[in-house]
Formats: sequence, C-alpha cells, structure tokens
Amino acid sequence: MEVTFNKKETFRTYFKNFWKSMKKTKYLHLLALPGVLYYIIFHYIPMYGVIIAFKDYNFRKGILGSEWVGFKHFIRFFENPFFWRLIRNTILINVYQIIFVFPLPIIFALFLNELRDGFYKRFVQTVSYLPHFISLPAIIGMMVMFLSPTDGVINMILQKMGLPTIYFMADPKWFRPLYIISDIWQHLGWGAIIYIAALSNVNPELYEGAVIDGATRVQMMRYISIPSIMPTIVIMLLLRIGHIMSLGAEKVLLMQSPLNYETSDVISTYVYRRGLVYGEYSYTTAIGLFNSLINLTILIIANKITKKVTETGLF
Amino acid sequence: MVKDNSLSTKILTLIVHTTMIFVLIVTLYPVLNVFASSLSSADANNRGIVTIFPIGFTLDSYKMIFTAGAVPRAFKNSVVYTVIGTFINLILTTSFAYPLSRKNLPLKSFYTWLVIITMYFSGGLIPLFILVKNLGLYDTMWALILPGAIHTTNLIIMRTFFQNIPHELEESAYLDGANEFVIFTRIVLPLSKAALATVGLYYAVGHWNSWFNAMIFLSDQRKFPLQLVLRDIIMLAQILQQAAEAGDLSARQELGLINAKGVKYATLFVSMVPMLAVYPFVQKYFVKGVMIGSLKD
Repeated sequence: MEVTFNKKETFRTYFKNFWKSMKKTKYLHLLALPGVLYYIIFHYIPMYGVIIAFKDYNFRKGILGSEWVGFKHFIRFFENPFFWRLIRNTILINVYQIIFVFPLPIIFALFLNELRDGFYKRFVQTVSYLPHFISLPAIIGMMVMFLSPTDGVINMILQKMGLPTIYFMADPKWFRPLYIISDIWQHLGWGAIIYIAALSNVNPELYEGAVIDGATRVQMMRYISIPSIMPTIVIMLLLRIGHIMSLGAEKVLLMQSPLNYETSDVISTYVYRRGLVYGEYSYTTAIGLFNSLINLTILIIANKITKKVTETGLF
Repeated sequence: MVKDNSLSTKILTLIVHTTMIFVLIVTLYPVLNVFASSLSSADANNRGIVTIFPIGFTLDSYKMIFTAGAVPRAFKNSVVYTVIGTFINLILTTSFAYPLSRKNLPLKSFYTWLVIITMYFSGGLIPLFILVKNLGLYDTMWALILPGAIHTTNLIIMRTFFQNIPHELEESAYLDGANEFVIFTRIVLPLSKAALATVGLYYAVGHWNSWFNAMIFLSDQRKFPLQLVLRDIIMLAQILQQAAEAGDLSARQELGLINAKGVKYATLFVSMVPMLAVYPFVQKYFVKGVMIGSLKD
C-alpha cells in the first residue's frame, strides 16, 4: 500500500477539524471566557509586572518606560544586614509549624475515629471547626486581651501564683510560641478533616477481621488506621514542606510591633513594609521574586519525592 | 464479638476522652468568655472576674458600638462586600469550572495549564498593587472583589463535582435541542446545590474575614469592612493601654470612662457571629469539599 504524506495537507485538515470542534463547543468557550480573562488580568499581568524587579520603577514612566538596572535590587537585598534575620524567621516559623502544628490534626482525627458515631462525636467535630471561622483580627484580638499584662486572665493567674508578669505580645521570645499555639487552636479541627475522610474510607472488614483475631484498639490503630492514612500524611507533609519559604504577612502583621521585629519580621512583612508603606516598589518586587523562585524550586523537589514515594504527585 | 478489655484499650479510651474534653474546653471557653464579657459591666471586666457567664449584665457595650462610631457602617460594608463578592465568585467559578469538567473540550489542556501555573507562581504583592492602581480600582469596593474573583481550589472542587454529574443527562438535553448554555444553567447548576453551598460558604467566610486587602487597597475609612475596623480598635486599645501604663493621665481617664474591655469584646463578638451562625448548617458538605480540594489531577 502506498501512503502519501503531505505535511501541508494534514496541517490544514487538523486546523479544519479543530475549528469545527471549536464551533461545536462555542458556548462552552464563551462560558470559560470570563474565567480566562480573570486569570490573565489578575495573575498573568502581575507576573509580567515582576520585571520591575530589574528596573527602577517610576509611577509616571510605567512598567515599560522605567529604566533597567539589572540585579541591583537583588544585590541590595543580599547585602542587607537583615537578610539572614528575615530568612531565619521565615523558615523557623515554618519548621515549627511542621513539627508542632502538622501532627496534631492527625492525632485528633485518629482519636475522633475511636469515638462511636453519635451526638458526642458530631458535637466535638462541629466545635473543633469553630476557630476556622473566626477571623485573624478576632483571634489576635482575643490573644492580646487574654495575655494583657494589666487585666489579661493569664497574667492574673501568674500573679496569683506569685510569678512575675509577662509582656507576652511585646517580648520577642514569646512571638514564635504564641504564633504556633494560636495556629494549633485555629487549625486543629479543620486540618483533621482530610484525615477523617481518609479514615472513613478504610474498609470496615479490616477492623472486623482484627476484632475476631483478638486485636486491641491500640493494635488496630497501629496496624490498620495509621498505615491506611499514611499516603495522605506523606502527601500533606511534602506539600507543607514545599511551602517552607513562604509565610503570609497577614497573621504576622497583626502580632508584630517594632519591639518584636527580632523574631517576628519575615520576608512577606518586610515586603509589605518597605514596598507599600515606604514605596520601594522595585526593591520589594525583587525580594518577592527571589522568594517565589526558591519556593518553586523546593516545591518541584518535594513533588519529585512525592511521586517517588506515593506514585501520586501534586502535579 | 470479642470484648476488648485490655489495659492498653482502657488507657487509650482515657486519653481519647481527656483529649476531647480538653479540645472542647479550649475551643469553647475563649468564645464564651468573649460573649460573657461583652455583656458584663465595666467593673466586672476590669476586675477580670468574668468567666463564661455575664456579671453585672448590661447591653451598654452593644448599644455603644451600634449607636456611635464606625461599627454599624463597617458591618454594613462587610455584608455588602460578602454578598456581592460571593455572588461574583460563584458565577465566575461555576462558569469556568463547567467547561473544564467536559471531556474532549478543545483547548481544555490550555485552560487547565493557565490555571495550574498560577498555583505555583505569582507576581507577588507589589505588581498586584500596581495593577489594581492602574485599573482604577484603588479605593473602590471592586479592589476587594475582583482580584480574588476565582480561588483555584474552589474551581477544582466545582470542576470535580461537575465531572461526577451523569453525562447522559446532558446528552439527552442536547438531543432535545438545548445548547450548552441552557444545559449548564437549567440542568447542571440546579443539580449542584450541595457544591454551591460548600464553595459559596468558603468564599463568604473569606470575604467576611478578610482585612488585608482592605488595608492595602482602601484609604477611605467609610469603606472599611468590619474586620479592619476591629483591628484598628484592638490596636488603639493597645496604644491607650500602654499610654495608661506609662502614666498618661488622660489615657487612664479615657480607659476608665468607657467599658473599654466590654466594647472590644462586643465588637469581637459581632465580627464572628455571622459565620459561626451559618457553618454548622453547611458542615455536612465540608468533608467532601476539603477532600476534593486537596486532590489535583
């Protein structure tokens, strides 16, 4: 059989077919259009905007018109005496979150799994979600009030015990513990949902069989529950590690004051302060870009590991 | 059934129940204490004796925040931003999620990549700020609504939900002469109430609790949402208190005149009550939503 392959011809039929199927699905593309425009305008235009990291951005000249300055802003950041402090604070809070905040929802889910279905279980579960629905200003507001050196309940207890008053919110030593403890309070129940879901998918026959074999509850937890949620734990952990260099400004800003900068100042708050408060647009965009490139690198490595370990990567 | 009476089980049961009771107390106490303090007299608040029941019951703090100052206006602003914002979120999210859920859609992988890339890379705070200024959105309520019009996680939740709707329904409607737009609005959306409720609540919580965007994109105080006002009240109270501790007499007087703690707690409680009132009713859908949100393919 003779096959004639005409490149031009296949190209044309390809486009013809493509156009035909586009026409057939025109309403679907019309539906997608606002979403596509949203992503282009509010995500891709700012990505294009990062070129001001290599320029001296001037509001009147605009992004295109401003002058190129190469890596000036990056070098300025690396030579900044606060560079290592910002990196250390950002990473340390993340590391403490992984050590202290990450495992607790898993334990909570396992414990919840030990309760019999019924009102009590549902009540605990509902209550545990509650802090997730409270805003950060409200959470930090409560914290400030409970920890107040003059009329906060914690210091009152300390006084009754004859201990000295602690200025929690102003003391750099207390910034990280308070950040972590309030994180645990806010995310314990909500963070457990994914593990609760994973536990509910475990085949009940496994437990029934174990009961017949005379296994204790602890053994069932050890040999059935934990192994069956292990893939979820590994994925969540690697996902979490992928974000070790990022920390949003929102919560830190609420807890921060010049008194505790030593431990509280992180990359995102520095970008906010120098960028939006002092108007150093190009410099802080360079810092943000540096930060996201490191993040991206860590994420790609974490993803590679996830794929190896669980065969289900993040992307 | 073999009864499990081992010592380890008894210890486990003890630990589990102790933990659960601890979680209940630690979660509920602060919220109940805030509520009780907001209803207590200045004297009781200053002596720090309020636990979870009001002492010297009074509605003065609520009267105060709702008759004067920024709270009523900010509350109204927050309601407006939450309602309009969530409405726009849902329209954009569902209308984009539906095409993404359809198999064999030409350009589908282009659309998917367009979305996925933004999950791992972004321009950052300053370029977004410049964009909002250049678009003329600065100091308008649209600056709080448009930049976050779609959250990718919620988009994925909606898409996965749409994927699970039996395709035969859509096909038979198509044969009856309905176009894709009609199928989407008349068949798919009415079948998706559970997903709409979940995603709608996620968006609504986000709008109601947000303050950072308002702080950077709004300068007119009359447009401030409640959470930003709350933050200012708490910060101001901090400053007043520090001044009073440092011996500033006028600050000390000002603190004494008003039930400062009661007012702060009342504002706090007002800021959290709408979301706390709603979530127990939508919570049966959460598990599904969170689970889908954490999967990507």
